Amino acid sequence: MGKVSKSPWLLHYDASSCNGCDIEVLDCLTPKYDIERFGIINTGDPFQADILLITGGVNSQTERVVKQLYSQMPEPKVVVAVGICACTGGVFKECYNIRGGIDTVIPVDVYVPGCAARPEAIIDGVVKALAVLDEKQAVMKTPEEKER
Amino acid sequence: MVKVIFVLAYLIFAPFVGALLDGVDRIISARMQRRKGPKLLQPFYDLGKLFSKERIGVNNVQLFLNMSYLVILMIAGSMLFAGADLLMVLFILSTADMFLIMAASSDSSPYSNMGSSREMLQMMAYEPLTLLVAVGFYLTTGSFLVSDIIREDISAVLWMPGLLAGFMFTTAIKFRKSPFDLSTSHHAHQEMVKGLTTEMSGTTLAIMNIAEYYEMVLLLGIFFLFFVNSTWWSWIVALLLCAVIFFLETLWDNVSARVKWKTLLYSCWVVTLVAGGVNILILMLDK
Repeated sequence: MGKVSKSPWLLHYDASSCNGCDIEVLDCLTPKYDIERFGIINTGDPFQADILLITGGVNSQTERVVKQLYSQMPEPKVVVAVGICACTGGVFKECYNIRGGIDTVIPVDVYVPGCAARPEAIIDGVVKALAVLDEKQAVMKTPEEKER
Repeated sequence: MVKVIFVLAYLIFAPFVGALLDGVDRIISARMQRRKGPKLLQPFYDLGKLFSKERIGVNNVQLFLNMSYLVILMIAGSMLFAGADLLMVLFILSTADMFLIMAASSDSSPYSNMGSSREMLQMMAYEPLTLLVAVGFYLTTGSFLVSDIIREDISAVLWMPGLLAGFMFTTAIKFRKSPFDLSTSHHAHQEMVKGLTTEMSGTTLAIMNIAEYYEMVLLLGIFFLFFVNSTWWSWIVALLLCAVIFFLETLWDNVSARVKWKTLLYSCWVVTLVAGGVNILILMLDK
């Protein structure tokens, strides 16, 4: 079976971002950065996604959405937190409605700091996530995991 | 014996040819947008990955219905490559599509249901012209049989250029190309997530993709019929012209935006009536 890192499909969700990081994420699709050369497709459908890319910290309204998106993605899957808000809560950390970084709700595999995170950093983060994705796929194939 | 070889070649190689064409299509699209684009074999990597993903079944029938879509498409394609009745091939093609619609409407996602109703609308848009193409071949060659059509002395396209133009227009729907990719799209951002395929994942989606590759080769096979005649070199010319048509569909995909459903329906029917109808009329009067 094919390696999942050769065709990682990406789901982008804005948990409470100021749109700074979102624009940088979309920048990655432009001719200059062109993440499709890694086979990456920005799908928008959790059922078909392998990488969940989240910008912004989690607040009380987006908490259940993040959880649901994560639960709808089939294994193996990885989560990339893009931007300092997604990593730790950033400048909004002390706000009454902010839970904090993404890792307060779902497990995060790769953190990409920055405000806003640069496209180069996002691509580096996603490529790092691909290695994690392959590791998870290898674990899935081991006999103990299959029995489960 | 030759028929058996052709059918086997179709059944075995069509998904590979389809996936390669898809890879070429994605690279050409990327180059048109001044991007580098994915690797040529990307569709194969995608399929490999989809088969290795965890299976999330939204219900018990979706995978079965998608399998039916695949198998019926394989039957339709085999009939075309066996030189059977063209009209029958086109009917079975529509039957296959009905299974895809059922698969999409079997789950509870509103996006998927909307995708399936749009797919039905698309069928309504392209079906009249598809039937006229079969009628056109009958009027030109005096037979619905593919094996007779390819043995004509002159290529059918000389008698049915209007039908060819119309078929190129409506095939954009079948290839799921912009401006007619209403029900589901190869491109990322769509107003209804992924439309038809919203709740398909892993194996289910992979089977749907393979079926689409079979369909792609089948449709190019029908384009092939337009150009082929009894001479051997016409086969090469027809293959080249099929490649040109595929390129034109890619080009059209990149220069146009998605239309509303009414524009789709009206434009397809106007093209059917003008290009197809007039062509049929001339054939009926002159042949």
